[in-house]
Amino acid sequence: MLDSALIALGNIASGVHLLYLIGGVFLGLAVGIFPGLGGIVGLSLLLPFLYGMDPTSALAMLIGLVVVIPTSDTFTSVLMGIPGSSASQATVLDGFPLAKKGEAARALGAAFSASLFGGLLGALILTVFVLVARPVILLFGSAELFMLTVLGLSMVGVMAGSSIVKGLAACGIGLLLGGVGGAPATGEYRMIFDLDYLTDGVPLVVVGLGIFAIPEIVDLLRQNRSIAGGATLGKGWLDGLRDTIRHKWLCVRCAGIGSMVGALPGLGGSVVDWIAYGHVVQTAKDKSQFGKGDIRGVLAPESANNAKEGGGLIPTLLFGVPGSGSMAVFLGGMVLIGLEPGPSMVEDNLDITYTIIWSLALANVIGAGTCLLISKQVAMLTTIRYPLMAPFMIMVICFGAFQATRDLGDLVALFAIGLLGILMKRFGWPRPALLIGFVLSGQMETYLYQALQFYEWNFLTRPGVIVIGLLTLGSILLGAIYGHRGADDEQARRATDRRPQVLFAGFLLVLFAYGLYDAFQQSYLGGVYTGAVSVVMLLLGSWVLYDLTVGPASAAVNHDEELGGEAGGGDRPVGLGHYIYWLAGFLAAIFVIGYLLALTAFFLVFLKVKAGVSWLKAGLLTACGIGFLVFLAHIMVLDFPRGWLQEAIGLPWPIG
Amino acid sequence: MKSGKIFLDRRIALAAVGVAALGLVGLTGSPAVAVDMSGKRIDWIIPFKEGGGSDTWARFYAPQIAGNLPGGPAIAVKNIPGGGSTKGANQFQSRAKPDGTTILGTSGSTQFPYLLGDRRVRYEYKDWRVVLATPTGGVVYVNPDLGVSSAADVTKLKEVDLRYGSQGATSLDLVPLLAFEQLGLNVKAVFGMKGRGAGRLAFERGETNIDYQTSSAYLKKVTPLVDSGKAVPIMSWGALDDRGNLVRDPTFPDLPHFVEVYEMVHGKKPSGEWFEAWKAFFIAGFAAQKMIFLPKDTPDDVLQAWRDAAAKTIEAPGFKEESQSVLGTYPQKVGPDAEQLLDTAIDVDPNAKEWVRTWLTETYNVKF
Repeated sequence: MLDSALIALGNIASGVHLLYLIGGVFLGLAVGIFPGLGGIVGLSLLLPFLYGMDPTSALAMLIGLVVVIPTSDTFTSVLMGIPGSSASQATVLDGFPLAKKGEAARALGAAFSASLFGGLLGALILTVFVLVARPVILLFGSAELFMLTVLGLSMVGVMAGSSIVKGLAACGIGLLLGGVGGAPATGEYRMIFDLDYLTDGVPLVVVGLGIFAIPEIVDLLRQNRSIAGGATLGKGWLDGLRDTIRHKWLCVRCAGIGSMVGALPGLGGSVVDWIAYGHVVQTAKDKSQFGKGDIRGVLAPESANNAKEGGGLIPTLLFGVPGSGSMAVFLGGMVLIGLEPGPSMVEDNLDITYTIIWSLALANVIGAGTCLLISKQVAMLTTIRYPLMAPFMIMVICFGAFQATRDLGDLVALFAIGLLGILMKRFGWPRPALLIGFVLSGQMETYLYQALQFYEWNFLTRPGVIVIGLLTLGSILLGAIYGHRGADDEQARRATDRRPQVLFAGFLLVLFAYGLYDAFQQSYLGGVYTGAVSVVMLLLGSWVLYDLTVGPASAAVNHDEELGGEAGGGDRPVGLGHYIYWLAGFLAAIFVIGYLLALTAFFLVFLKVKAGVSWLKAGLLTACGIGFLVFLAHIMVLDFPRGWLQEAIGLPWPIG
Repeated sequence: MKSGKIFLDRRIALAAVGVAALGLVGLTGSPAVAVDMSGKRIDWIIPFKEGGGSDTWARFYAPQIAGNLPGGPAIAVKNIPGGGSTKGANQFQSRAKPDGTTILGTSGSTQFPYLLGDRRVRYEYKDWRVVLATPTGGVVYVNPDLGVSSAADVTKLKEVDLRYGSQGATSLDLVPLLAFEQLGLNVKAVFGMKGRGAGRLAFERGETNIDYQTSSAYLKKVTPLVDSGKAVPIMSWGALDDRGNLVRDPTFPDLPHFVEVYEMVHGKKPSGEWFEAWKAFFIAGFAAQKMIFLPKDTPDDVLQAWRDAAAKTIEAPGFKEESQSVLGTYPQKVGPDAEQLLDTAIDVDPNAKEWVRTWLTETYNVKF
């Protein structure tokens, strides 16, 4: 082991290795900064060049790239309320409110120093853990993994806000949405409305961007100002660094959670940030500021998500079973450069494993350090008038969503879920709860079904299951003892005209009813899960509807940001529908003239009409945006979604 | 499901095209203009995500074949995932121009839905022209606690409850599931595994007690388990010889193949619709698992240029050693050899196809 460690140290210290590592880090930072583009896109940019490269250099680049994605994706999460990737979704909850308060620089400083800390600690944990990981990972069978998804779901309690019923129902929407597509037990297609696109289910990227990004963009546009408003950027990143030091034990715990959950194959990295966020809310004494800009809400997910990447390497290296999408590409890259994962990675090839783990630590230092240095400059983005920025944001998130399956359906789904997100935001249905339900849905169903097949109901008596079950109970109790999050400003959102809310709740009930109807069209194993979810959700949804129609106006479910008190429309000159029509027009244009032409038109018209710039400036900005997009598409070898025009006549790439 | 009539019509049409092509060649002798692809970019459509087996296979081959094509064009891998690989294949069928600048890499997962008549399939293998086929094999192994030490004990397995972790009945797992059933084994398939790797993990945890892996995964990840007494290999699926007969897999000469084991159990050779079907799916899933295609109506000289480039690639010195980690140890098939494989894989008796569909519906509740 000592030999291997020394060889690994030698590898890392060599100049060539370092150079390639830095190259990978910078590429990762450049890609990760765009929301929706994550490790998979970055790695696929790199893949064509891997074959034939010297293995050590290639490996260094791969690692540099993978590791920094959850660092740089923090920028948009904090600055714009748009999750940069699935690793930074929870960061949005408190990071973005901080930016709106003008404390963007502090939030970024805290996020990056926590990332750095989490990444380093994660690497340290891995150095030891990798030696004993094999038997530990084998302890987690389908039953234990199922219980872990239950633990993850228990986090909904702390995301629910003032009305727990609404929180649970929102989670139910996510569970049902996660059930769309082939059933794990039988492969039957559920709720696909005869669309080929839905047979694979709705991609996570699309749901994440739709539920968070679209509502935020529309809201910022309606306010028609810069994100930070008149506020300054705050005193800078040093404050953030101090926050990290002050809450160091929180970061230690979350880094531990990150590397352990990340190491479990099958659970995947997309829940790590939520579990960390849930953990910090549950254990905090003063919960009043969560969701409104509590720095701990930034520290927890950020220290966990960098540690997670290291954890994800473990099953990839030891078993050849990738824990996430980016790890799958990483695995492909390893095979291309001639490295075969397997038990030998902790035996003969231990030096390679250590080289990987410590490169990871080094990449973290370089990546987080660079982000810290540029955070002040990037934070200036929040002082730009939003209508100028919006077309770029819409372009990038559409591109990110389209990356999911490279189908026009991705954009339609993005818009549909965006609309759902806008309404959920308006009526106070907690969107994080939906996302947790969605992320865990498929895994929960699969592992429950498998556990029942393997152990029948005896699986509940397995020691691992009991331990995780107690943990789940403990975390729920802990949350309950310390009390719920404050709901002090809720009063302002109580509406007297509750018809829109009733309509929306009724619509959700129809969705659940359809889920139940669809479940009855399937075989028992194919429909039992979605059917059960629908039944429970029909009950909860009816409860919400009852409270909304019969209950007093002070009921916790009553929430409408448009009609409620003075909190509504006041500082928003245009109605909620206004920008939805703009987006719908864009989508319709895509169907007619294809994505690229539609985007060009959208850019020009939007910048002229909404941002009020001259045609010349609008043209220049459009050229920049479109040029960048075409450049990316060229390297990544992809076609843009085609419209009616492209089907009718042949056009050259990129518009055809 | 295509009716028998359409099936026949296609064959006649194909024969007609063949005759016409022969006539043309006869008239013009050899092609007048040599194919030149210099300065072109070739799109290699891979209907799967980045990083998977097919993607890695294509990215391994791309630069090498590119270097051997006339004019040395660049080959870019273009991932179009979705619909269990039917989407990329559909796009290739409907959009690819027959000028040799768009090729498709398929896998067993592309061919199975085609054979089963999946509703999402809008492509026709018979239209395409095959350049190269990459074979693989597979090995079945069981938990040593079952008291089995080789295929000779396979009858012992009939008495125990076996569990197998599967990706789905219409996936490549169709081949093992049908084989297990015909051997009379009592195997309960537990679905929802995310890949063969996840299936192997379930085996290592002891949740399942019978499993199979494709050859290269078996060599690298199961052999250590066999060495430490945690797994016992039982049989391979076998391999096809030059005349299309099932023989022992050259990578695992000591293991009996499936037909041998079948004979041990039943005392007779396998026959009937189920075996026709098994063989077709075995070829599609293993013996010709990954293939490179040119689109419909590709001129013969372009096809020949591609086949020459592929042949040059696999005959290059050092290719065998270099390719082992990606391709395994099986000889790659080019040109007529690949064509013959393809023919046996897609020319499946309609009755055998129907038999599989009925079997899948009755046993695994698959809806078509």
